[in-house]
Amino acid sequence: MAISAVAPATTTGPRHTAVVRVTHWVTALCFLALLVTGVEIVISHPRFYWGETGNIHTQALFQIPIPASRHSVPTGYGFVLPDQNGWSRHLHFQAAWGVVLTGLLYFVYGLTTRHFAGNRVPRGVGLGRDLVAHLRFRRPGPADAWSYNPVQRMTYLLVIFVLFPLMIWTGLAMSPAFVSAFPAAVSVFGGQQSARTIHFFLTIVLFGFLLVHVGMVWLAGFRYRMRAMVTGRAASIQEHS
Amino acid sequence: MSFLSRRKLITGGLATAAGASGLAVAARLASQYGLIPPDHGGIYGPGETLTYAAQRILTRHSMAREFPRSLISKTPFANGRPLQQENYLRSQAAGFADWRLQVDGMVARPVSFSLADLRKFPLRSQITHLACEEGWSFIAEWTGVPLSDLLDAAGPRPDAKFVASYSMEKDASDSIDMADALHPQTLVTYGINGGDLPVGHGGPLRLRVPRQLGYKSLKYLTRLTVTDDLKKLGRDLSNPSPEYAWYAGI
Repeated sequence: MAISAVAPATTTGPRHTAVVRVTHWVTALCFLALLVTGVEIVISHPRFYWGETGNIHTQALFQIPIPASRHSVPTGYGFVLPDQNGWSRHLHFQAAWGVVLTGLLYFVYGLTTRHFAGNRVPRGVGLGRDLVAHLRFRRPGPADAWSYNPVQRMTYLLVIFVLFPLMIWTGLAMSPAFVSAFPAAVSVFGGQQSARTIHFFLTIVLFGFLLVHVGMVWLAGFRYRMRAMVTGRAASIQEHS
Repeated sequence: MSFLSRRKLITGGLATAAGASGLAVAARLASQYGLIPPDHGGIYGPGETLTYAAQRILTRHSMAREFPRSLISKTPFANGRPLQQENYLRSQAAGFADWRLQVDGMVARPVSFSLADLRKFPLRSQITHLACEEGWSFIAEWTGVPLSDLLDAAGPRPDAKFVASYSMEKDASDSIDMADALHPQTLVTYGINGGDLPVGHGGPLRLRVPRQLGYKSLKYLTRLTVTDDLKKLGRDLSNPSPEYAWYAGI
């Protein structure tokens, strides 16, 4: 069994604070909404480009082999899917605000408390050992119920400080009004279509994270971990073993 | 937490009251500074309002990106089928000689321009990006008259808040706020890439609002109506195609 590099600091009080639990679930809900509506929006034009411009008259970087919801896109399929862009776009941008506002609350909380320093920044040695344990699908031990190992910390850091901000940034880079005020926001990506393509790949990476995250929660004991994230109470060491 | 202490109850109550009155003050200020979009109601109203308010604060005077001539798309994509309406085809057959653009509503002098009248105004050209909500885009050089010049000719009242636009296409109409209507890059265009505006791109006249998505650039433009309340205009122009957001700066 992998021994965590970080010994459980405390086993009293809630495993996850109320702010962490609420922001986690609001973000999860918004992310699901963004994922579903994002897929729906892509269906209206499942072609991707690089640079500033791209349309059916230009060479695509790649095309997802699915039917489209608009007649104008040649997909090779003899039919057109129902157009669901209306509610999808409304919900996409509303959920994006949900992520942004929740994220701001979480950042302020993380910086003003010991949350980032205590739960996110990797500490101690054992990164390699934990990585091997992860890759061998070893079940986490009781000590892991109260802390995060370096692999988890690195992953969460990546998701929270790199992937989500990049997702928001590439989303804003597609906004004609936003880039009129901040043109560099889109030019650093090489253009509006590049930003759209990166936005799409980031979606795949974040979806991959979601699958692994839920898979790890399952392996670690779904009921215990869900209870910890819903009620804040974690399993005691006796209960867990 | 086994019980709710009196202190928690009082601080919680005070925080709620402060939050509620803060929201009320924010709503009044936002309304006063024109930060509330006409489609602020409904379940997606909060998202629309946040987007519109944030972007009006950030972008009131910002300029849409303009590009070098070398970036003009070789084949600008004209979305939709060319208009097949009888009255349009008749005008097209006559070389659009009878086409009029009417400017009315809350103005001192309602006017009506022919295409020849419009060409007498100092022309303005811009090479801008047109992005469709579907995801595709192109860059073209658009030529026309700044909408603000046409409004100046009619003399809009200072309390005007919106400019509604009507198309020859049946039931096609839309509206923009004064920030976009008076913006120097908002044009009534009659040319694209050095030639006349083709039918597929909304010829002979198309409104061009480069800081918003393509669907706000209304094709086959025939009438502009200045107003302080979109609901006064008979049809509800505050949400012309209800499935889409009124403000498309995204």
